Amino acid sequence: MTNAVELRGAGRAFGAGHTRVVALGPTSLVVTAGELLAIMGPSGSGKTTLLSLLGGLDRPTEGEVLVGGVVVGRLDSRGLAILRRRTVGYVFQDLNLLAGLTARENVSLPLELDGRPIGEARAAAEAALASVGLEALADRYPDDLSGGEQQRVAIARALVGPRRILLADEPTGALDSMAGESVMRLLRAHCDGGGTAILVTHDASHAAWADRVVFLRDGRIVDEARPAPAPDAPDGPPVLASVAAPS
Amino acid sequence: MLLGYALEEERLSVRYGLLALLATEPTHGYQLKTAFERKTGGSWALNIGQVYTTLQRLERDGLVAEIVGGGGGNGDRREYRITPRGRDQLEAWFASPVVPEAPARDELTIKVLLAVAAGDVDVTDVIQRQRRASVEQLQAYTRRKAQADPERDVAFLILLDALIFRTEAEIRWLDACEARIRHVNRTHRAPARGTAS
Repeated sequence: MTNAVELRGAGRAFGAGHTRVVALGPTSLVVTAGELLAIMGPSGSGKTTLLSLLGGLDRPTEGEVLVGGVVVGRLDSRGLAILRRRTVGYVFQDLNLLAGLTARENVSLPLELDGRPIGEARAAAEAALASVGLEALADRYPDDLSGGEQQRVAIARALVGPRRILLADEPTGALDSMAGESVMRLLRAHCDGGGTAILVTHDASHAAWADRVVFLRDGRIVDEARPAPAPDAPDGPPVLASVAAPS
Repeated sequence: MLLGYALEEERLSVRYGLLALLATEPTHGYQLKTAFERKTGGSWALNIGQVYTTLQRLERDGLVAEIVGGGGGNGDRREYRITPRGRDQLEAWFASPVVPEAPARDELTIKVLLAVAAGDVDVTDVIQRQRRASVEQLQAYTRRKAQADPERDVAFLILLDALIFRTEAEIRWLDACEARIRHVNRTHRAPARGTAS
């Protein structure tokens, strides 16, 4: 398995001297292609700092970060911009769609900024919208879409073109449970198709879609969860093993 | 006492569950057993003896009646139908909310409370071990959910949602416990660190 993202003793501190605050202590973590990773922890435990380092949005003050095999610390600002346009996509709780652009235009924007011909960018945007089930709404403006639909447009935009690594900070935070679930199903499908997604969430039922959940506390990874091998309901019986179709 | 409550809840679930199935069509014990299991998403394997005992009690209380000549004299083949009184009781059951009567006396609650009281136990470790186990359980349920067909497996998905949301509630409770403990630790340590005398 290829490593999509890797931290080698990477940490991030702010300030200096006696006002120095360590947001994330030296951390080592490998996220492979095809993996969906969730990050959980209380407020101020370093979740967003970790996510920013993993996506090359921020540079570590110690250690190294590799994204797609490239050491982020060695990139100049142009290199970082290219990394963000071609390798890593982001989704945030606040959707950040541009209100004056249609869904298709929002999604094609990263490719247009990357210098791709408009026709090609729009075609790629339509393919990305189709992958999130919104091809029929390509001409709508964000205000005419539901919160769940807007978030799916944001995911399409994050994944349009060649980008295979998706970083998401509380992407389901503002959504109801069914819309949140549909976002998680998209992230799951992206990873099952060989892509990579890293998600920060406080919602355990959404983190549970991940292959692995890491727990942060006070700027350190203190634990991780992987699915139990044999799911059983609390009260034992063959339970969920025998799924019967309702008649 | 808690065990007694759980048994009573189970008894009522089976009693009204069978009554609800008989309200759709008259049938016999074995079919009731398989229909109950199927319609509750495969969550509950009923003991056939329990089905017959429950049917006898329902008949004694006048809520169901045997169909004369329904399936022959053989005990296994006796057919039952719901009575008007049975329909009234079933309607009342659907119309009333389920109110938990027992206080929180489950093992986890007691374990965390006693860990807090003990003083020499690292409560955040106790909480984190439980949190990891609960998240792993949640991951296992979610895998099942991902594989289920949203059109065909509705009962199974509703059952999974029940398990998922209960486990999620437990994790939220663990988060709240940890936040309270950290808050108390900070306020207690504050004087030692600095300004207060």
